[in-house]
This record gives sequence, C-alpha cells and structure tokens, in this order.
Amino acid sequence: MSRVLPAEGDLRRVIGDGDAIPDREVEGLGADELLQLYRNLVLLRTYDERSVVYHRQGRIGTYAIFWNHEAMQAGSVFALDDRDWIFPAYRESAIGLLRGMPVSTVLSWWRGHPAGWWNPKDYNLASICVPIATQIPHAVGFAWGSRLNREDTVALTLFGDGATSEGAFHEGATFAGVMKAPVILLCNNNQWAISTPLSKQTAAPTLADKAIGYGIPGVRVDGCDVLAVYEATRDAVLRARAGDGPTFIEAVSYRAAPHATADDPSLYIDPQRVEEQRENECIGRFERYLKRLGVLGDEQAAAVKAEALELMRAGISAAEAEPPADPSLVFEHAYADPPPPLLADRDELLRILGDA
Amino acid sequence: MPELLLVEAVNDALHVEMQRDESVMILGEDVGTLGGVFRATAGLQERFGAHRCVDTPLAEAGIVGTAVGLCMAGWRPVCEMQYDAFSYPALDQLINHVGRYRWRTRGRMSFPLTIRMPYGGGVRAPELHDDSPETYYVHTPGVKVAIPSTPADAKGLLAAAIRDPDPVVVLEPKLHYRTTKEDVPEGEHVVPLGKARIAREGSDLTMVCYGAMVHVSLAAAETLADEVSCEVLDLRSLKPLDEDALLASVAKTGRVVVVQEAPRVCGFAAEVAAVLAEKAIFDLHGPVVRVTGYDVPYPYWQIEDAYMPSVVRVVDAVRRVLAA
Repeated sequence: MSRVLPAEGDLRRVIGDGDAIPDREVEGLGADELLQLYRNLVLLRTYDERSVVYHRQGRIGTYAIFWNHEAMQAGSVFALDDRDWIFPAYRESAIGLLRGMPVSTVLSWWRGHPAGWWNPKDYNLASICVPIATQIPHAVGFAWGSRLNREDTVALTLFGDGATSEGAFHEGATFAGVMKAPVILLCNNNQWAISTPLSKQTAAPTLADKAIGYGIPGVRVDGCDVLAVYEATRDAVLRARAGDGPTFIEAVSYRAAPHATADDPSLYIDPQRVEEQRENECIGRFERYLKRLGVLGDEQAAAVKAEALELMRAGISAAEAEPPADPSLVFEHAYADPPPPLLADRDELLRILGDA
Repeated sequence: MPELLLVEAVNDALHVEMQRDESVMILGEDVGTLGGVFRATAGLQERFGAHRCVDTPLAEAGIVGTAVGLCMAGWRPVCEMQYDAFSYPALDQLINHVGRYRWRTRGRMSFPLTIRMPYGGGVRAPELHDDSPETYYVHTPGVKVAIPSTPADAKGLLAAAIRDPDPVVVLEPKLHYRTTKEDVPEGEHVVPLGKARIAREGSDLTMVCYGAMVHVSLAAAETLADEVSCEVLDLRSLKPLDEDALLASVAKTGRVVVVQEAPRVCGFAAEVAAVLAEKAIFDLHGPVVRVTGYDVPYPYWQIEDAYMPSVVRVVDAVRRVLAA
C-alpha cells in the first residue's frame, strides 16, 4: 500500500499563465479530446448563466449557481468511463449534461416539475443531493458494492469545503478507507459555505490533510485548471480500478458568484478576490491555453458557444412545454407497495379535487 | 419444529434469507467475528463470508448511508443498529435518503434495505440502551416498521422485511430475546407486513399493543380474567397498520386500552387513538385510554420499573375504561 503523506501545499497545475508559468500537456489528450472538454465546459457555463437569467425571468425557482466550478465538474467527469457513477451535490445539478441528459430535465428539476427527477441508472448518475455531504456514504457504499460484485466500476462524489465539517463526510471517508472502496472524493473548495469562510470551517492547514486521518491519499489541485483536475481524477480512477482504494482530491478555487440566486455575497465576500477570480476564471484560462496550443480558433469558440445557447433555448422551451404535473403523483413512488391508508388519502383528495 | 428463543429465531431468519438470496448482506458493529452483542448474527460470517457479514466501523450513519449505495449496486443490506438509541445518528440518512430515494427516482430504483435493532427497556442497562424509538421511524415517509413479540414472528417479520421492496425498520424486544421459547417453523417462514395477530381472544375490551408490551398486556388480561374478557391485539407491524383487524376487534369489544412503552406525546398509541376516533367512534362505549412511558428521558435503571407500562398500570387503565 502506498504511504499516505500530508498533501502538498502547492496546487497542481497543468495550464500555465502564458508567461512565467509554462504550460504542460496531459498524456493521452489530443486535439479532439481537448476540444470535447472545451465543449463540455462551455455547455456547463452556458447552462449556469442562462439559468440565472431564467430565474430572474421567473422561469425557474431558486437556483444554486456554479459559475467558475465548471472545470472541477467537467475535468473530473472526463476522467470517468460511462459505466462509472457520479454522486453529485446540488452545486453539480447540471453535471448530467455531460452524460447526455437533456437540458430540459435539469431545468425541470429547478422548476420543481417531476420531469426533473431521472432514473439514476439511465445516466449512472445519482439524484441531486441537497443535504450536505450525505451523498458521500452513498458513493462509498456503491463503490464498495461494485467491488464486491467484482466489477471495476468506480464512483465519483463531489461536495464543497463546508461538507468536510459534516459527520457524513467523516463516516463516509472512514468507510471508504476501511473498505478500500474504489471511490474518488472530490472536494470543490471554493472557500465559502454561503457566508462562512474556510477559516471558520476548519483549523486544518488544508482540506486534503484531512484525508490522512482516513488512510486515504490526498492531493490538491488548482480547481480552475480543468486539466489539473482531469489529471488528478484520472490518476485516482487508475488507483481505484487497480484495487488501491479511494483518493481525496481538494480542488481549490474562490467563489466568484453568489451561493444561490437568493444570496447577497456583498455582505461578506472580498470583492477584490472575486474580481481577480473572475478575470482568471476557468474557461477563459482553458481557452487561452487551447489558443496557445493552436487547437482552438475564435470562430470555433463562437460556434461552440452558439451551439450551447441553442441547446439552452430548446431546453427551456421543452421544460416549459411539459404538461402540468398530475396532483395524484403526490401519492406515487414513495413506496413500491403503499400502505392502504395512503391509497385512501389519494382517493379522497382526487374526489375533492374532482368536485371542486 | 424446533423450539427457539426470540434471538435465535432472528438468527435463523438471517441464515435462511442469506442462503435464499445471495444479495442479502449484513452490516453492523460487532456482527461478524463476535456474532453481535446479543449473538443475533452468530455464525453468519463463518457461513457466508466476511464480505456478506461485515464488521463495520462504529458509525451508524455510515452503516445506513453506505447501505443506500449498496442497494444501488444491487445488494440487499440488513443493517444492525447495536441498540435502539444508537440508531439516532443514522436518522439523518434514514429521513433524508432511505425514505426518499425511491420517490426521488420516481419509483424506478428500489432501496430494499432492512434496519434491525434491539429496542426497549427493563434490562437494567446504562443510559441509551433502553429506548423505544418506533415513532421516529413510523413518522418517516417511505419507511415501514415491524415489531415482533414472539420468536415465530421475529423470524417471519424479519424475513418479510428483508424481502420487501421498501425499506423496513424492525425493532426487536431485547427484554424478550431470551425469555420465551416457542416452536418456530423451520426453513422459509414469512409473516406478511400489515397483518395483526389476536394474541388472546376476548369480548369486552381490546388491548392494542406490540413488541414487549404484548407480554405485559397478556399478563394483565390474565389477571383480569375473572372480571372482564380482554382481547389482546398484537399489531406486529405499525406501518402498514392493519386497520381492518383493529376496527374489527373494537367493533366487537367497544372498549380500548392502548399500551406503548415509548413516551406518550405523539407516540404510536396516539395514532391508534386517532384512527379509532375517525373510524370507530360509534363503536366505542368509553374513552380510549393510553398506558405509556412518560415524557421524560428513560430513567435510571433502579427505578425503570416505575416508568415502564406494567401489569398493574394496564389493569388500572382497564378498570378506568370499564367504570367510565
């Protein structure tokens, strides 16, 4: 077994700054893969930006913004095979788009319409987890169960910095280590849990240091460097498939947008840091990298953006065209075999609604 | 038919169901090498392997949380909570996920996990080894709850829980793990959820009870045998509740005492009383009276007998109903 050491203080990077920090390349990623990754990033960004607009227009409900988190989501998922499972938090609500989920499905979720609740098996994607960190044990259990089935499927779960303070993180990571579960614990450390800064979240020097306590290797990457996230996740996937167990990845960024549409970060956040982060946001960085490599041109970038915008237009139209949900659905799906009083309640409500 | 203690019947059910279905696995603290602190899982690790009878870290929310993921990977986990009150850390997973995940997938994925635990007082144990937490579970949508009172039912209800497509919590009366022995059907034995049992037939009054309180009620009925004919209805499962059996018994007797070990406020006895108020009010000849634990933390064990519903308290309640 590899020794578990304190995480390095520096953040791993692949993308340079076009100046003092040189660009690196990631083995196995050619022009096609890089462009696919770019399309994935732009799709997520476009989804996020349009969703804020749709919210303001009253077309979706409260929405958890993930602007500048796209590199962590797209980079990590790009390192998976389709057979691998993803266990997202609400910050990753649109991660299914990377698995072919229709835009309208995700928008329906934020519209509170049942069409937004998918079958996890269709995408190997668990449901959006709202209570913080509680999806981590699910990912661990799934990975452990797959290993017991002698499959080489891995699980990826994403969660924020605040989640590492929750008991569910601790218990999930404990199980992951003991069961040698083939799971990747990807902490999206944007340094804020709504208004609570990382300094009030933990006294640990880094979040990756927490992994030591579980006997899990912890690595730190620049969360705005999509290739660094990809590379770290790919290494973790290889370890997991080889039977070497879980990896904790701390992907560090700075939250450059409100927590959600209902949040006012001006009350707590450092506007200077936000400004710096917005200038150095993850998609612009990747775009400049691709242009330095000569893989992407302006025209192509514009076409990718136009394609994503068109998908969004079609997606919101489809979501809004969903027929109104049938009230009798209230009584469906909680049980395979519903208790008789619940069926009586349903009949009574339908009678009253029918009479009204 | 072999004579088994209640805890032996639990063990028998686990053996039979693990043999019958290779996806059944046991998770819990000390369930493997030790066979459980009550020996409910004795012999399972030896027989089925350490991968199917797993000694887990001491982390109840981790046990139930990973069980949700194990279901997604095709397993049918049976989680042991070592004691009733030790299950509270897992309520987060139970309420937020176990009871909701099927609904979240719009019924397209099943979460057929079972959570079983010894429950209840009267065993002279330290704090948090004596609770009756059934209300929390019954109140959780998407979760079913069964509580056996006899060895045969302990086997049959646990088998039904394991086979059920929905999550089921099974509370086992630890006080009676080793107090009663009875014939238990060999091999596969399933007692369907939602079917109450008349533990004693009577005509004047119905005692509604479950788990350890069935034994108290039976003793009270016997004490009163010369003055009143009491029926003892063992609910066996709280959700689904066998309303038909409850209403039929009350239609016959017209008088009801509900006996419950848990604290009174919003306990299951209140649900029984509410069902009777809604559906049997014209069958009743007197008030529905509850005999329950009190609205206090389970007390020091030197005085726990004062807290537990007892034969004298049930007898007193019956006489009050008759006098009303």
